[in-house]
Amino acid sequence: MANAIGLERADYKGAQSTLCPGCGHDSISNQIISAAYDLNLNMTQVIKFSGIGCSSKTPAYFLRGSHGFNAVHGRMPSVATGATLANSNLTAIGVSGDGDTGSIGFGQYKHLIRRNVPIVYIIENNGVYGLTKGQFSATSDEGAKLKYYGINDLPPIDLCLEAIVGGCTFVARSFSGDAKQVQTLIKAAVAHRGTAVLDIISPCVTFNNAPDSTKGYDYGKENEIPLHSIEYMPKGYVPAKDEITVEGDYEGTISVKMHDGSYIKLKAIDNNHDPRSREQAINLLEKGQRESLFLTGLIYYEEPRPTLGETMELVETPLAHLGDEALRPSAQTLAEVMKSFA
Amino acid sequence: MCALNIQPELQTQQSMQAVVNDFALMVATKNGSGSQTSNEVLIRSLFRMGIPVSAKNLFPSNIKGLPTWYTIRASKDSYIARRETTEIGVVMNQDTAAEDIANLPSGGVCIIPADWKWGQSRPDITYYEIPVKETVAKSEIPSEFRDRISNMVYVGVCAYLFNMPLDIVRKALLDTFNGKEKPTAMNFGVIQNAYDWASANVTKADPFRFETLNLTEGKILITGNEAAALGALFGGITIAAWYPITPSTSMIDGILDHKHIRKDPVTGKDTVAIVQAEDELSAIGMIIGAGWAGARALTSTSGPGISLMAEFTGLAYYAEIPCVIWDITRMGPSTGLPTRTSQGDLLFIHILGHGDTRQIVLLPGSVEECFEFGWRGFDIAEQFQTPVFVMSDLDLGMNIWMSDQFSYPDQPLNRGKVLTNKEKLEAFMESHGGEWYRYRDYDGDGITYRTIPGVDHTRAAYFTRGTGHTDMGTYSERGDDWMKGLGRITDKINSTRNQLPQPVTDWDKDKTIGILSFGSNDPAIVEARNILAAQGIQTNYMRVRALPLADSVHEFIQTHNRVYVLENNFDGQLAQLVRMETDKSTQHMTSLALGDTLPMTAHWIVSEITKRETH
Ligand SMILES: Cc1ncc(C[n+]2csc(CCOP(=O)(O)OP(=O)(O)O)c2C)c(N)n1
Ligand code: SF4
Ligand SMILES: [Mg+2]
Repeated sequence: MANAIGLERADYKGAQSTLCPGCGHDSISNQIISAAYDLNLNMTQVIKFSGIGCSSKTPAYFLRGSHGFNAVHGRMPSVATGATLANSNLTAIGVSGDGDTGSIGFGQYKHLIRRNVPIVYIIENNGVYGLTKGQFSATSDEGAKLKYYGINDLPPIDLCLEAIVGGCTFVARSFSGDAKQVQTLIKAAVAHRGTAVLDIISPCVTFNNAPDSTKGYDYGKENEIPLHSIEYMPKGYVPAKDEITVEGDYEGTISVKMHDGSYIKLKAIDNNHDPRSREQAINLLEKGQRESLFLTGLIYYEEPRPTLGETMELVETPLAHLGDEALRPSAQTLAEVMKSFA
Repeated sequence: MCALNIQPELQTQQSMQAVVNDFALMVATKNGSGSQTSNEVLIRSLFRMGIPVSAKNLFPSNIKGLPTWYTIRASKDSYIARRETTEIGVVMNQDTAAEDIANLPSGGVCIIPADWKWGQSRPDITYYEIPVKETVAKSEIPSEFRDRISNMVYVGVCAYLFNMPLDIVRKALLDTFNGKEKPTAMNFGVIQNAYDWASANVTKADPFRFETLNLTEGKILITGNEAAALGALFGGITIAAWYPITPSTSMIDGILDHKHIRKDPVTGKDTVAIVQAEDELSAIGMIIGAGWAGARALTSTSGPGISLMAEFTGLAYYAEIPCVIWDITRMGPSTGLPTRTSQGDLLFIHILGHGDTRQIVLLPGSVEECFEFGWRGFDIAEQFQTPVFVMSDLDLGMNIWMSDQFSYPDQPLNRGKVLTNKEKLEAFMESHGGEWYRYRDYDGDGITYRTIPGVDHTRAAYFTRGTGHTDMGTYSERGDDWMKGLGRITDKINSTRNQLPQPVTDWDKDKTIGILSFGSNDPAIVEARNILAAQGIQTNYMRVRALPLADSVHEFIQTHNRVYVLENNFDGQLAQLVRMETDKSTQHMTSLALGDTLPMTAHWIVSEITKRETH
C-alpha cells in the first residue's frame, strides 16, 4: 500500500543485507524502513551516516533514496556535524555500534551530544565487536563471557547515562527484539530537534548470543522491562486535556509534544518513571545497572536546546546552497581590506 | 646556544662610512613582556618612511619569560629574507645578554638598559646605555601598564639614533593600536621622553641611519596566515573546523577577524561557520562531511594535527570528497619545535593516507600566494573532487611581510562537476542515456559527476564509502573493480600535474646551473642569486608551486649541468620526490637541505653553492 507521498514500504529498503541471518541489526534496519514509510519521509531529504562495524554497514540496507556516508571507525559524529552544518534542512540518521561509539568514537560521541547536532543517533549495541570477530566492547557487562576472550572483568560504559550527563535532550534504550518499541522511538527521535540517542540492544547471533549473555536474544526476551508503552501521534493529533500531567510524579499517561507538532504518548507500566526528570533518569539507569535490570523506553526527554547551527548567527539558506555572489565579496571590498593593511 | 646562529664575519661594518637603509636590528626580550607592540611600531615606522622592511619573530613555545628575538631588516634593495647578521642589538633580556652581545659583529651597536650596569666588555662595538626605568617613571604611566610600556623606551632611542621622524613613529603607533588615540598618546609619551633624553645625552658614534625612500608605495604589511584567511573568504569558504595549534591558529583568527566582509548585506547574518573541534580527528571529519554536503570547507593545522588526519584524508581521497587542509608547518617529528619553522611535511602530506594515495599539495611562496591559494584551493578541490593541501610554514604564516596588494581573483568560482538540483541531474541523465552513476567516468578525464544531498530526485542518492566500490557506488571486493576505481583516481591526480599552479621560473637556456626550490625560501634565493651573479655564478631558478610535480620540473633538471635543490628540512624531501619520479639520472642534482629551525638566508645559500662551484 502506498503512503501519503505515494511510496510503498519496499521503496524505503536499501541493498540486500550481508549481515548474518538473524543479526539484531537487520531488525533495526527493518524498523527504520517502517518508520520512514509511516512518516511519509521524502528520502531525498534524509542523510544517513555510519562509522565502521557490522552495525555501520546497515545504512546501505535501508532508505535507498537517501544519500549515505559510511565514514571511518568511530568518527561518524564529526562527518555528520559538518554535513548538518552545511545543510540544516536535511534529516540526519546515524547508525553506530557499541565499539564504534563506546571506544574509538567515545570522544566524538560526547562532543556530538554537547554540540546538539541534529541527528537520530542509533547505537546497535551487542556488547561485542562483531566485524572483527568477537572481542569485548566497552559496553560488555561485568562478568560477561566470550568464546575466545574469556570473562570481562571491567565495568560497562552506559551510553545512555553518558548521553544524559553530556547534555542530550532525547535518550532512549530499546531492544531490537521489541520491534514496536524500536519503531515508535525512531519516529519520535526523527521528530526531535537536536541529538536523539537510541541505545538499542541488538544481539550478535554469531559472537554474543549465548543463553547467559546479557546482550543476547533469550536474555532480552525474558528480562526486558519496558518502562511504558509508547505511542507516536503524528502532527495534527490533539491530546485530551487530562493526558498531560505536571512536572514531577505522575501516574498514568504523559504526552510529550515534539518540535514538529507530533506527540509521543507514554503510558506507564508498573513504575512511575518520568522521563522529563533528569534526576529520575540518572537514578533509574544507576539502579538498572546495580540490579541488572534491562529497562527500556524513553529514559530522558527535555525541551531541545539550540542545535549547533542555531547557536551561530547564520543565514537561513543552507550554507551548501549559497550562490557565488554570497561566496565572493566584491573587488571593492578587497580594495578596502587592502587599504587597512597599507 | 643562541637560536639565531649568528655568523658575524659576513656583514661586518668596520669603517665609519654611513650605512643607510641597509642593516638589521635585533631586539632581545622576554616572551610576554609586550615587546611585540614596540617592534611592530618600528616596522611600521620604516614602512611609512618608504623603506623596504621585513621582520622575523623568533619566539619560544612559552607564554611568559623565555627569551625571544625579533629581527627587523631594512633593505634599500628590497630584500626581505632573514639576515644572519644584525648590526644593532637592543639587549633587553639579562638571561641572554652575554650571548646577544657576543653575537654582534665588530662595528655593531648595543643598546642596553643603564640600570643593569652591565659593563662594556667589547671595545669593537658602540654601547648606548639607556635609562629605561627613569624614562618610564618620568612619563607618569599608571602602574599596571608600566612594565609593558617600558619597551617604548628603546623605540624612542632608536628613533633618535637612527633617524626616524617622530611624527611618522606616532602614525605607526596609531596603526599598531588600530587607530585608538588613548593608548597611542600614553605610549607616545614614553617614546617622546626617550627621544628627548637621547638627543640631550647621547653622542652618536655609529654609522647606521635610516633615510626616507619611496619604495613602499602601494604595498601592504601582512602575515601569511592573515593573507590565507582573506583568500579563503574570497574563495567562498562557508565552514572552518579546527583545533588550536601553533603556528596555524592565527589563520583561523584571521577568518574570524574578517568574516564580516561576508555577512549577508540584508540580514547581517553570517555565511561562514567556524567550529572549534575537540581535536584534529574531528576537525577533518567535519570538513569532509561539509564538503560532501556541498559546502566549501577548510581546516588549518600543523604537523601533529596532520598526523591525526591521515586516515580521514585517505577516505576523502578515495571517496572523492573536496576539502582544503592548510598545513602551517613547524619543526617535527613529534611535538618538535612548535615555534620554529620547517618544510618537513612535504612528503608526508603528499602521500598522506594509508595505501596508494597521492594528495594534491599547493606550495605558496609569498603572502600574495597565500591569498591566491586561499581562494584557488577550493576551486581545485571541487574541480578534481579531492582534498587539497596547502603547505605554508611558520615563517610565511606568522611573520609580517611586505607585499604588493593582492589581486582580485581572476577567475569565477569553479564548483566542478556537481549536480546541485533536480533540473541539472535530469539534464545530465537525458544526455547520458538516462543514467547517472557517481563514479562513472563519462568525460574520460577521470573526473566524475557528483550530486549533493537534498537534490530532490529519486535517482540523486548515492552511497559514499571508503570501502571498495564500483563505478555505480555499490560495494565491491572484486580486484578488477578496485583496480578500475583506484586506477581512475590515480590517473585523475596525475592529470593535475600540468593544471595546478605551475612552477615560477627564471630560466635562461644559456645558463647551466639550476636552483630548484619551493615555498618561503624564495626571498633568500632571490637575494642569493644576485650575490652569486656578482661573483660570476649565473643561475636559473625554478620554484615549484604544487604537487604532483609539473613535467617542467623534470625538464628543468635534465637540461642543466648542475641543479641545487634548496629546501628547509633535514632530509631533502623535494629532491627525494624528484628522484622517486624520474628514471633519468639525477647524479648532477645536489640536495641542499637545511632544516636548522630558522628561515633560510642568502648567506647560507651563497656559501653552499660557491663551495661547490669554485674549486
Ligand atoms: C581505525 C580502525 N581500527 C580498527 C578497525 C577494525 N574494526 C572494524 S569494525 C570494529 C569494531 C566494530 O564493533 P562495533 O562498533 O561494536 O560494531 P559491530 O560489528 O559489533 O556491529 C573494529 C575494531 C577499523 N576499521 N578502523
Ligand atoms: S557478526 Fe554479529 S553483529 Fe556482525 S553481522 Fe554477524 S551477527 Fe551481526
Ligand atoms: Mg558491537
